Amino acid sequence: MVSSKYFFQGLQSLKRRDSPAIALACSFIAIGALLKNIGFNIQQSFLSTFLTYALPGQLVMAESFLIGTSLINIFLAVWLVNARLYPMTVSLMPLLKEKTQPKWKYYLSCHLLSVSSWLIMKDQYQKVEQKHRIDFWIGIGTGTWTTAIISTLVGYLLSDYLNKDMMIGLAIVNPVYFMCMMIGAMNNKHVSLSIIFGAILGPLFFIVSPEWSILYGGILGGTLAFFIGGDK
Amino acid sequence: MTDLSSNIILVILVTSFATYLSRFLGVVSSEKMDIRSKIFKWFNCIAYAILAALIARMVVFPSGVLSESPLIIRLLVILFSIAIFLLAKKNLVYPTVLSAILLTLLNNYL
Repeated sequence: MVSSKYFFQGLQSLKRRDSPAIALACSFIAIGALLKNIGFNIQQSFLSTFLTYALPGQLVMAESFLIGTSLINIFLAVWLVNARLYPMTVSLMPLLKEKTQPKWKYYLSCHLLSVSSWLIMKDQYQKVEQKHRIDFWIGIGTGTWTTAIISTLVGYLLSDYLNKDMMIGLAIVNPVYFMCMMIGAMNNKHVSLSIIFGAILGPLFFIVSPEWSILYGGILGGTLAFFIGGDK
Repeated sequence: MTDLSSNIILVILVTSFATYLSRFLGVVSSEKMDIRSKIFKWFNCIAYAILAALIARMVVFPSGVLSESPLIIRLLVILFSIAIFLLAKKNLVYPTVLSAILLTLLNNYL
């Protein structure tokens, strides 16, 4: 089973100075309010964050629902916008591998992978022994996931009190948090170059192809960084 | 009414399945991956670049309410927050809280 010592150590990451709790809360409060405004009830809003737990995907879902597109179109749009989770999972799970740990832990806990939990785990994994990393990760993931779920409910309940100014204020917090975490992560050449190239290419490709811009920008930017960064 | 709400449940399930798929395939394909291999390093670069692309897009071409504030103000707020982050020895509470307040103020009084 999951070792509670390492689980709680992971969970504690919510209390540290680089805690993702504020940024997550702001963005999921906004999602909760949005879901209420488009006609979801509170159980459905809860279920959405509980089962999806990926902000851009939930936004696309809300937009598609409003214009009334088909389920297959929703599937494709969400898959495309959340495809970043694939390289993110591939670049995290091998760091947590341990032969003695059961496989279900990996297949279940990948649901807890989001930008916030990923950035924290990438920053912290070296501080935990290989054997216990998966339990530590489950702690981090459970903490961020729970924060997102509770914030969705809070946003749903508060939606009548949130005016446009507040919604705009809430919307900037997440990009600011991610941007700062990424700058904090720039401690080797590969990562630094990847971040710089991605940040330039993402918006550039957006002008050409909005839907594919993040994948194109990310794959091209990452590949350039991989080659330019050299062997180290 | 029941029609609409069963529709919403279907929409949620489809969204969740499309999202979990990428996570699941990520676990499957990383199963035998060695962290010292070139392919792992390449994926690592792509993951960081994809995130940077996503975040830059959220700021430069935002969807939703954020697009109602001018680009120059958004960029100013981001630069200010990064400066605070570095000055506050990488504390994340100050820049995140201040960014929301600053954006709201600039948006209304500039």
